[in-house]
Amino acid sequence: MSDKVTGKIFVLGDNIDTDQIIPAQYLNLLPTDPEERKKLGSYALVGLPKNSLSFIEEGQYEASCPIIIAGKNFGCGSSREHAPISLNAAGVRLIIAESYSRIFFRNSVNAGLLYPFTSSKRLCDEMKTGEEVEVDLDAKTFTHKPSGKVYHLDSLGDAETIIQCGGIFEYAKKYGTN
Amino acid sequence: MGMTITEKILANKSKRTTVQPGENVWVDVDVLMTHDVCGPGTIGVFKEHFGSDAKIWDKEKVVIIPDHYIFTADEKSHRNVDILRDFANEQSLKYYYDVGTSNYKGVCHVALVEEGHTRPGEVMFGTDSHTCTAGAFGEFATGIGNTEAGFIMGAGKLWLKVPETMKFIFEGELPPYVMAKDLILKIIGDIGVDGATYRSMEFSGDGVYSLDMEERMTLCNMVIEAGGKNGVIAPDERTLDFVKKRSNKPFEVVLNDEDAKYHSVKAYRSSEIEPMVAKPHSPDNKALARELKDVKLSQAYIGSCTGGKMADFKAAARLLKGHKVSIKTIVVPATKEVEEGLKSETIDGTSLWDIFLEAGTEGIGKPGCQACLGGPLDTFGRLNQEEICISTTNRNFPGRMGSRQSQVYLASPLTVAASAITGRITDPREYME
Repeated sequence: MSDKVTGKIFVLGDNIDTDQIIPAQYLNLLPTDPEERKKLGSYALVGLPKNSLSFIEEGQYEASCPIIIAGKNFGCGSSREHAPISLNAAGVRLIIAESYSRIFFRNSVNAGLLYPFTSSKRLCDEMKTGEEVEVDLDAKTFTHKPSGKVYHLDSLGDAETIIQCGGIFEYAKKYGTN
Repeated sequence: MGMTITEKILANKSKRTTVQPGENVWVDVDVLMTHDVCGPGTIGVFKEHFGSDAKIWDKEKVVIIPDHYIFTADEKSHRNVDILRDFANEQSLKYYYDVGTSNYKGVCHVALVEEGHTRPGEVMFGTDSHTCTAGAFGEFATGIGNTEAGFIMGAGKLWLKVPETMKFIFEGELPPYVMAKDLILKIIGDIGVDGATYRSMEFSGDGVYSLDMEERMTLCNMVIEAGGKNGVIAPDERTLDFVKKRSNKPFEVVLNDEDAKYHSVKAYRSSEIEPMVAKPHSPDNKALARELKDVKLSQAYIGSCTGGKMADFKAAARLLKGHKVSIKTIVVPATKEVEEGLKSETIDGTSLWDIFLEAGTEGIGKPGCQACLGGPLDTFGRLNQEEICISTTNRNFPGRMGSRQSQVYLASPLTVAASAITGRITDPREYME
C-alpha cells in the first residue's frame, strides 16, 4: 500500500528564515507542553512580510495547506526547533524545496516532524498557493493536479530511514550508535 | 589520504582512523550547551525518551547558560528559567550560570569561552546556531535542535555527516579601519547565504592569525549566515595561551594534514577589504559603507555574541571618544565580564563605560542577547516600529530585531560607531587618522 499525501500547497520563495517561520517573541512557548505546542502551530509563518498571504487564518490553529513548496535555503537562520515544530503543529506533512539550511533539515528529520524533500526543479515559480497536489511517498513522485504534470522528488537517503522510524531515538534503538 | 582539521576531529571522536566528506558517523560529545530558549524543550525531550528520573550522561559536560529572555516581565520566560534551574539542581550540574545570582554570565557563546569550555580538538554542540563561534579555538562546534540535544543528554553522542571544507585565506594584516566583521561580511556577500551549506569554513592566513581571539570568534560566529556547518581556525600560540588561562582540562591540538583535500580555497588580500555593510533583509546583501552615505538611520546597536565583546567595545569607544551620537544608540555588553571590562578598560584615562555615556548612548544595557533577536516586546533596544538600525549583530532578516516594518543594516563596531555620530551610514575612515 502506498503512502500518499493529498492537499493544497502553500508557495514560498527563497531564504525563508526561522524568524519568518516563528518570530522570536513566541520562543517562550514550550514545545513539549501540548497547549503551547498548539499555540506555536497557530503562529506558523506569521513572520512573513506584511503583504504576504496568511498561512493560517485568524483564530485557527491549523493551516488549510499541508504541503509547502519553497525555493532555496528554506529554514535558514536559528537552530530553533520551534520552527519545524510550529509547521508540524499547523498540520504540515512535507515540504518540497530547492534546498534547506542544515539545522532545519536535521531538526525535521531527527524529531521525525516532517519530510524535507528536495526537487531539482524550481517548483515555486511554476505553482500557486491553493492548488491541489498529490505526493506519493513510496514512488517519490508528486502530481500537480491543475496541470496533471508529474515531478520526481530526490531521495532523502539515510534521513528517510530516520523519519520513517519516527526520529533519532527510535532510529538509534533500531540501528545502534556505532 | 590527508584530512582537514574538521575531518580529523570527527575521525578522532568517532574512533576511526579516517573519515571522508559525505560519510555519516556517530561522534562522542565533549560539551553540550543549552540556554533558556531551547533548554526547556530539550529537557522535555530528554525526560520523555529516557524517563522522568533519568540522569544525564555526564554532569560535567552539560553547560546551561540562560541568556536570551532574561530582563523581561514576560512570565513564560521566567518559567523557562525555572525549568533550567530545577533541572540543574536535580542533575547536580557542575556548570549552570543562574539568573539573578553572582554566577549569571550573559550571552552563551562568549560565556562558554570566558568560563573555559572551549578547547582545541573537542566536539561541542549547542542548541543555538551561533555555537559555531567556538571553532575559533580549533574545535568542531555546531548548532543543533532540541531533539538532538535531548538525545545527547542521555546518549553522549550524535550522528553527523562529515562536511567538506572550504578554506578562506586573508593575506596580510588588516588595515586599522577593517575588523573581522568586515571580513566575514565580505565572504558571505561573495558566496551567498547558502554558499557554504553543509560545509565547514576554515579561516587561515597571516591576516587571520594577526587577530586576537575575540576577533577570530567573530569570523567563526557568522559562518552559519553562509549556511556553514562549522567555522574553524587552526590553533596557534595565542590560542593555546588563551585556553590554558581559562581551562585546566587536557586537550589535543589537531591541525590540517599537509595533503588535506578542500572543497575550495579562496584567498583575499586584507589591504583590499573596505568597511562592509549587509543591507536589509539578508546578510549577503553586501555593499561598502562608503556607498551608503545617503541611508538615514534612527538607531545604532552595539552588542550580541557577534559584536558585544571587549574588542568590539574598544573599537567603538576609540571612535566615539570626544564625539556625540546623533541617534538612539544602544550598548549591550555580551556578558558580565565584558560589562566589568567596560568599567576597568580605559582610553586616555577615561573608562569605555564613561566614553559611551558621555557620547550620549541610552545608558548601558544589561548583559544578554537582548534585541539582537527581537524577543519579548519589552526587550531593551527592540525595534518596535519602522525604525532603521545599524547593528553589530549577525542577522537582518525581516523582523529579526523586532518589528516586521523595521530595517537592519549589519556592520562592524567601527562602522556602527561612526554611523551613530552622523545618523547616516558612515565609513569609519571619516573619523580615523
